[in-house]
This record gives sequence, C-alpha cells and structure tokens, in this order.
Amino acid sequence: MNYLIIVLGAILVNNIVLMRFLGICPFLGVSKRISTAVGMAFAVAFVMVLATIVTYLIQTYILARFGLSFLQTIAFILVIASLVQLVEIIMKKVSPALYQALGIFLPLITTNCAILGVAILTVQTDFNLVEGVVFAVANAFGFGLALMLFAGIREHLDLMNIPKGLKGAPIALISAGILAMAFMGFSGLV
Amino acid sequence: MTQWINFTKGLLRENPVLVLLLGMCPTLGVTSSAINGLGMGLATTFVLVMANIVVSLIKNLIPEKVRIPSFIVIIAAFVTVVELMMQAYLPALFNSLGIFIPLIVVNCIVLGRAEAFASKNKLGASAIDGLGMGLGFSFALLLLGSVREILGSGRLFDIQIYSENYVSLLFVLAPGAFLVLGYLIAIINQIKKN
Repeated sequence: MNYLIIVLGAILVNNIVLMRFLGICPFLGVSKRISTAVGMAFAVAFVMVLATIVTYLIQTYILARFGLSFLQTIAFILVIASLVQLVEIIMKKVSPALYQALGIFLPLITTNCAILGVAILTVQTDFNLVEGVVFAVANAFGFGLALMLFAGIREHLDLMNIPKGLKGAPIALISAGILAMAFMGFSGLV
Repeated sequence: MTQWINFTKGLLRENPVLVLLLGMCPTLGVTSSAINGLGMGLATTFVLVMANIVVSLIKNLIPEKVRIPSFIVIIAAFVTVVELMMQAYLPALFNSLGIFIPLIVVNCIVLGRAEAFASKNKLGASAIDGLGMGLGFSFALLLLGSVREILGSGRLFDIQIYSENYVSLLFVLAPGAFLVLGYLIAIINQIKKN
C-alpha cells in the first residue's frame, strides 16, 4: 500500500515537472516533437533510477557513516555526471540514430534538476533503498508523462494561429501552466 | 567589449532567464514570494561570480576531456559553501528555498557561463560577466516573485498591500509560475522589438 502511495504521489499529485518544477529545461527544450520526447524520457529514466540507487548507497554507507554529509552536493553531482557519460557511451554504440537525435541534450541530462532533485529528495524523505527505487521509477514515469503530454500539445500548437507576441516560449509556458492546473486536480488524492 | 557592456548585457539584453531561457527550474520554483526570489538570485550570483573567477584562473590547467566535470566540481564546492552559510546565518530563507539551494549546481546559467565565457576570458572580465548575469537573474526572479506575491497573496515583502479577500491563489501555486513567466517573456519580447 505504501508503494502505491509513493507511486501515485510521484506521478500525479506531486508531478516532478508540473508541481515540483524540476526538469523544466528539457521539458521546454525537447518537447517539440513526440519522438525526441520519448527518447529523452527513457534516457532520463535510466539515469534517474541508477543515480538514485548509487547516491543512496553513497549517502548511507559513506557520507552519513563518516559524518561527511556536507559533501552530499559534490558527491551526488559527480555520480550523476559519470552516469551520464556512461549512458552517452552506451547509446553511441547501441543506437547511433537516437544519439544523433538527442544531440546536445544528452550531456545536458547532467544539469537536469530532476535527477539531482530526485536523488536529494530520496535521502531527505528517509526512504529505504526499495522505496527509493520505487520513488525514482515513479518520478521518471511522471517526467515522461508530463513530457509526452506537453509534446502532444506543442505539436498541435504548431498548427495553430498564435498571436505573434506569444509565439515560441510564451505560449509554451502558458500551455504548461494550464497543464499544471489540470494536474492540480489530483491534489488530495493521497 | 568594454567592461560596462560586459556587465550590462546580463541585465536586460541577454538576461539569462527572460531572453536566454536558462535556469528555469529555480525561476519557477522559488518565486512564490519576492524575498525568496531575491534570496535565490543573490545566492546564485555569489556562486556565479566565484565559479567564474576560479574557472578563469585555472582554465589553462584543466585538460580538455575533463573540462565539464571539473567545472561542475568547482561550482559544487561553492554551492556547498552557500548552503552551509545560509543554513547558519539565514535559516528561514534556507528552509523556504529548500531543495533549490543544492540545485544551484545544475543551474544551466552557472555551468553555461563557466563554459561559454570564463573558460575563454581573463579574470576581471569573467568576474564582471558573472556579476552581470547573476544580477540579471536576480532581477528576473525579483520581478517574477513580486508579481506572483502581489497577485497571489496581496503582499509584497510581507507587507499587506490589499486585502486577502481579493487574491488569486493560483499565482502562488504551480500553474501561476508558468503563466506569469510566459506573459513576462512575451512582454519583454515586445519591449525588445521596440
């Protein structure tokens, strides 16, 4: 039951993009087409889950044990940077087409607030390792969901008659705001 | 470019948030009140200036391959400094900004300026660039925070301006951030065109 609450909470009630404001840069940058959004969502999901596991282990068995919690920020971001490097190398070998499509956004996953954010939230909320993994997977799914929904909306927006002053970033942000309003309907669910 | 232009470009013409669209996460996340926005902006400015200075000083010592990770470590070190100082001397602000303080590390603006400017320019210019960008960022956050606080709670810097009965709560909640920023950018674009 606890896991269900974690999952629903992460995906709907406290959606990482639309409620917690983490991962906005890729949200606005990659969501122009659904195909790139899917690729980005998977890459982020992979890094997010791995990063949460590794950072949790480092926090529990190294940082907390030796009273080095002040090194948390540095240690966590180094773990994430290395993992992204790893994903890049693997993707180049396994799927060069996707690697090309994602272009600059792949190294930018390092600076994705969502990944560092989820890692920090996991240790802050005092989850154990299993709950932490569930939390990370759920958040990755929530990120992908928000990205997918937004990409769909933006593909539609491209075909519409937007007032000149609002074209581009403004209408994207306003649409995101309305999407966030929709997600607010889930508050109080858990 | 002259140092004056170097400094002022970050304020409006190349404002990191409103023009370059970088650093969105903290912009949307901490601007539910003006003072939070300003606090975050100034903390980020400190990190920006110090990181730019250090990167500019050791830019010739860093091997090309580990460039980005080295920048990240330098930035993370200064963010840890800010984190600890805020925890000690500004605990109320520390609690309101919450998770966004360590997230200054992944603020695209900080890494972006280190990569695009500090790694290629001298110490003085890099420091001024960092200061300009940081103050531009703070200005944008202060603006966004003020609008959201006034519309959403009737207050500004905790001074009640009009009765709470007429507020639109939406503006201090998540959707309000997106909406206000969207319109703000639209207005800035119009101003720039004219």
